[in-house]
Amino acid sequence: MTQLALVIDLNVCVGCHACVTSCKEWNTSGIAGYLSDDNPYGAEPTGTFFNRVQTFEVGQYPDTQTVHFPKSCLHCEEPPCVPVCPTGASYKRPEDGIVLVDYDKCIGCKYCSWACPYGARELDEHQKVMKKCTLCVDRIYDESIPKTERKPACVNACPTSARLFGDVHDSESEVSRAIREQGGYALMPEWGTKPANHYLPRRRIEVTIHDDELVRVDNPLKKEIDVGPSGPVREQTLDDITSW
Amino acid sequence: MEYTADSERACGPKEIRNTTCYMCACRCGIRVHLRDGQVRYIEGNPDHPLNKGVICAKGASGIMKQYSPARLTEPLRRKPGSNRGDNEFEPISWSEAFSMLEDRLRSIRETDPKKFALFTGRDQMQALTGLFAKQFGTPNYAAHGGFCSVNMAAGMIYTIGGSFWEFGGPDLDRARLFVMIGTAEDHHSNPLKIALAKFKRSGGKFISINPVRTGYSAIADEWVPIRPGTDGALLLAITRELIDQGLFDREFLIRYTNSAQLVNNDPDSSEYGMFVRTEVPEEEGCFDPQNKLWWDRHRNSEVLTHSEGADPRLLGEYRLGDGTPVKTAFQLLTDRLTDYTPEWAHGITGIPADRIRRLAHEMGVTARDQKIELPIAWTDVWGKDHDHVTGNPVAFHAMRGLAAHSNGFQTIRSLSILMTVLGTIDRPGGFRHKAPFPRPIPPCAKPPRVPEAVRPNRPLEGMALGWPAEPDDLFVDEAGEPVRIDRAFSWVYPLAVHGLMHNVITNAWRGDPYRIDTLMIFMANLAWNSSMSPEKVRDMLNDRDADGEYKIPFLVVCDAFQSEMVAFADLVLPDTTYLERHDVMSMLDRPISEFDGPCDSVRIPVVPPKGQCKPFQEVLIELASRLRLPAFVDKQGERKFRDYPDFIINYETEPGSGIGFLSGWRGKGGEKFMQGEPNPNQWEMYEKNNCVFHYELPRSFQYMRNFNRGYLDWAQRHRLIRYAEPILIHVYSEVLQQFRLAAQGKTQTRQPPDHLRQRVEQYFDPLPFYYEPLEAQQTDKQRYPLSAITQRPMAMYHSWDSQNAWLRQIHSHNYLYVSPQLGHKHGFADGDWIWVESPWGKVRCMCRFSEAVEPNTVWTWNAIGKAAGAWGLDADADESRKGFLLNHLITEELPSKIDDRPISNSDPVTGQAGWYDVRVRVYKAEQTEQAETSPQFTAIGAVAGQDARRSRVLKYVAGIMRDKTVAS
Ligand code: SF4
Ligand code: SF4
Ligand code: SF4
Repeated sequence: MTQLALVIDLNVCVGCHACVTSCKEWNTSGIAGYLSDDNPYGAEPTGTFFNRVQTFEVGQYPDTQTVHFPKSCLHCEEPPCVPVCPTGASYKRPEDGIVLVDYDKCIGCKYCSWACPYGARELDEHQKVMKKCTLCVDRIYDESIPKTERKPACVNACPTSARLFGDVHDSESEVSRAIREQGGYALMPEWGTKPANHYLPRRRIEVTIHDDELVRVDNPLKKEIDVGPSGPVREQTLDDITSW
Repeated sequence: MEYTADSERACGPKEIRNTTCYMCACRCGIRVHLRDGQVRYIEGNPDHPLNKGVICAKGASGIMKQYSPARLTEPLRRKPGSNRGDNEFEPISWSEAFSMLEDRLRSIRETDPKKFALFTGRDQMQALTGLFAKQFGTPNYAAHGGFCSVNMAAGMIYTIGGSFWEFGGPDLDRARLFVMIGTAEDHHSNPLKIALAKFKRSGGKFISINPVRTGYSAIADEWVPIRPGTDGALLLAITRELIDQGLFDREFLIRYTNSAQLVNNDPDSSEYGMFVRTEVPEEEGCFDPQNKLWWDRHRNSEVLTHSEGADPRLLGEYRLGDGTPVKTAFQLLTDRLTDYTPEWAHGITGIPADRIRRLAHEMGVTARDQKIELPIAWTDVWGKDHDHVTGNPVAFHAMRGLAAHSNGFQTIRSLSILMTVLGTIDRPGGFRHKAPFPRPIPPCAKPPRVPEAVRPNRPLEGMALGWPAEPDDLFVDEAGEPVRIDRAFSWVYPLAVHGLMHNVITNAWRGDPYRIDTLMIFMANLAWNSSMSPEKVRDMLNDRDADGEYKIPFLVVCDAFQSEMVAFADLVLPDTTYLERHDVMSMLDRPISEFDGPCDSVRIPVVPPKGQCKPFQEVLIELASRLRLPAFVDKQGERKFRDYPDFIINYETEPGSGIGFLSGWRGKGGEKFMQGEPNPNQWEMYEKNNCVFHYELPRSFQYMRNFNRGYLDWAQRHRLIRYAEPILIHVYSEVLQQFRLAAQGKTQTRQPPDHLRQRVEQYFDPLPFYYEPLEAQQTDKQRYPLSAITQRPMAMYHSWDSQNAWLRQIHSHNYLYVSPQLGHKHGFADGDWIWVESPWGKVRCMCRFSEAVEPNTVWTWNAIGKAAGAWGLDADADESRKGFLLNHLITEELPSKIDDRPISNSDPVTGQAGWYDVRVRVYKAEQTEQAETSPQFTAIGAVAGQDARRSRVLKYVAGIMRDKTVAS
């Protein structure tokens, strides 16, 4: 069974928000649109986004890490938002594991957003329906889009290729390999939701220079110091004082 | 409702068009999807060499720029009786606007062309704006480089003949160690992000040296916090340690730099500090004649450089046959570095000495032991064949963080020298040039030398901006006084190669050096975030003489958006957005070249202009034709170019030169490139090819281009350069020494006025040195102990879109980021309102505690704060209530004067604005104070033609439900 998902590589994500606004522009005019914006030009503007990047600091100066953490619906394999939906609007597609909301059935009761431990769902205050990442279901199967680009908008946008997309149930897929080889992890596994989306951790490269690496026979400074035979020593040597 | 694969097709007619993004200066290739004529989706073009399909937050928010309520849509004239800044306008027609301009500019041109000044912001139209200014005859022209990063351009180009910027960059494909110093993210942002991710994935180590850990520093493997403005000290100490340990590339230094050349060491000689020359070259030109000397170890005497079989000394002090005492340039550098120990640098930078040593060792050992050998045969300019190209894989990147200090020029010289000592210039894994770089040191273009270059009804003789090679190249009058309004190329800022836009208004207002009549500003916000003291500038713009006339009589602003600057205009010209215009990223300006060869590109309109909007290019061509500027009219004085696209096709730098704005598909049928006759179908050919022309050089021409025979001949054949001569790296800068000798009165060249002798002598040091930034030297650091700097958030790098409905939700206001230690010391908490105060002003703002900032530094995001009501935002928008501008704390002029005349807060060599030099203190705001930022400015509203309707909700869907979008 296929389970499509995103794997996000925190080792290279620079927090540029390309995924955030690419998602917004694709989806506001797409099947899940519109994505409304309240007070777009006024105080405290707020709008619907399917994907947001949180930035936080870890550790104390000077050993501080600045972490950028993109987050969208994780398309859980055991999605707690689905069973709580009274109308069946919230559902998980058997064919590819994408969790979706059927706007025609959604009554905006918010049960699903309370059930979601990740805060991935946002109620559109104007349409009164629950919205969230669709894994760009209206892109990834669209045959009018060239095959190599038939991926979520955020994945194509990401300048650091921090966003990988694929089937996490196919052990040979790029995403499965990345999870396996780079310590991919799921968020809050203790909730039993089995999120399909995974994150790859920061990795730190260190360089060790041993003291003796600074010593080299071909040190170019030697070329600048005269080391060749010099004239006789003027001071006393053993030559002058003993005969054996 | 079911999600179906083809649901998209149910909507209106679709169309996809290629063009080039301009949400920032990076210029990615984009594909714009239109639905029913409205912009539905903007994505990166996968077939574009620059961004390879990716995009950024801004690029993907272009829709909200296109439909922004800040859009200006018709020409406007300031209402009679209103004051500048009142933002009161009445619409006029383009024909009225043009005749107003034509009359005014004609009479200026007939009398004194320099009374017209043209300054532009985002300088990617310089080929055209510069041509217009030159043809008009005014020297008073520049783009924003002078207040942005000119220290970077000048510091590196005067040293290695190329620079970071659009001119070159780090080769992260092959580097093993990457060191980024200071904020440097704005330029070339998507390509750098792509490269950085690849670099990290391939296991390279990324070190970030920056007072703040944000931007790309977030993913650095090592963060080295440093005090602002002290980078020069660090770089010099690292270089000292590298030389001390023998971790330098001796062969590179000897053959490809002037390190081993012999410098006259006789203090009594007028040639003191100059290279000893064997003979005077037959032809003088902008190249380094190969007539200098080495000291040959075998013969123990001087020889001509690059003599076959010679084994030159890199270090040492000698006496020539004629008795002249000499030292090698590298010996002089080593002498200079003696006192710059890691311990010394620790006291200045705050970085422990051991760490400085370790950084040096990591650089030096990586460069030495992880050498790359590419099997590429090439021939150097002295005729020696090489069977491979060597790389020492240590790459650097820096931009504004180093540049925006008044010691930036010498700091960047230090960086260039460090990169050279490691042997990384135009080599794999190091720094790589991009065409048309490298240039001779300095490049050939020169400013005029005499005031007579400005004559009524005649083009300017010489270039408004250029690269002085010696004191005689300065643009001054008999008394040594500046000819340019910004005092560029005078003795105060001799190498101001990008001008000093930040001083134009103040100088013109004060009448020092003189008054002007008309100031035309394109896409620059001098009444706000582009000025160092915006409140003062606003007052000056509004200041009148006794006769009631404004001190700057006529102010023209061209922009696509209403802004703080627009509010001060007498005449407003509505520009188009990037989606509505033709445009070129020209080889004559800042092309988008790649490491592997020249590359330029175009913009093609994908939607029609809104309202009466007209591209600034068209405005210039119309004006130039009306004024009959020679390049724009034929022999009969008739208009030569129908419009901008026609100009681009048919303009040649000289009749028959075959050089034009675009380098691709030249020649009648598009069969030539770089040089060739105009091609009537050039635009179509660009359009068919993703809007970009890219020529990949043969591999053997891709490296070592300063000295690569094949490349230099190729570049000369294609008219990129006049001389196919080696561009030896200037570890020791004779150019600077010539200015110093003049200041010392030792030479026959032009001499600085007496009051500037000491300044020129001090800062024109041929060897890199460290000094504390000028403003800090003059500030009471007990009272103002902290440095205050700005960076830009990634969603707004190099853009002017903070009013964008989507982007402003990411950052609608800014905070002052401070170390928690500061809060504890001064009794304020995270999120509190505090005052940040410098000797020049104070700002009330909200603070955020951060562990990612060096504790003696505070910082904020730049250019997010707005004046109330500007940029189509509501008067109570976060940008004006909670957002703030650090500029209010910065001074445009230093407290000290020279000869009783104010002196700019700028680098004494290049005139680069010292934005990052300000010192501040912080304290808690009183409980009783307003919870809003201070200073506040009277709110302005929408102008005629702007969408006044403010929907509380935006429900954007392209092509359908049009009535519900702001675009309706
Ligand atoms: S686009 Fe990529 S790098 Fe940028 S924030 Fe999103 S995941 Fe991170
Ligand atoms: S997969 Fe599509 S809907 Fe989900 S976050 Fe990415 S762009 Fe948005
Ligand atoms: S980096 Fe600049 S040019 Fe490229 S997509 Fe973003 S805004 Fe556009």
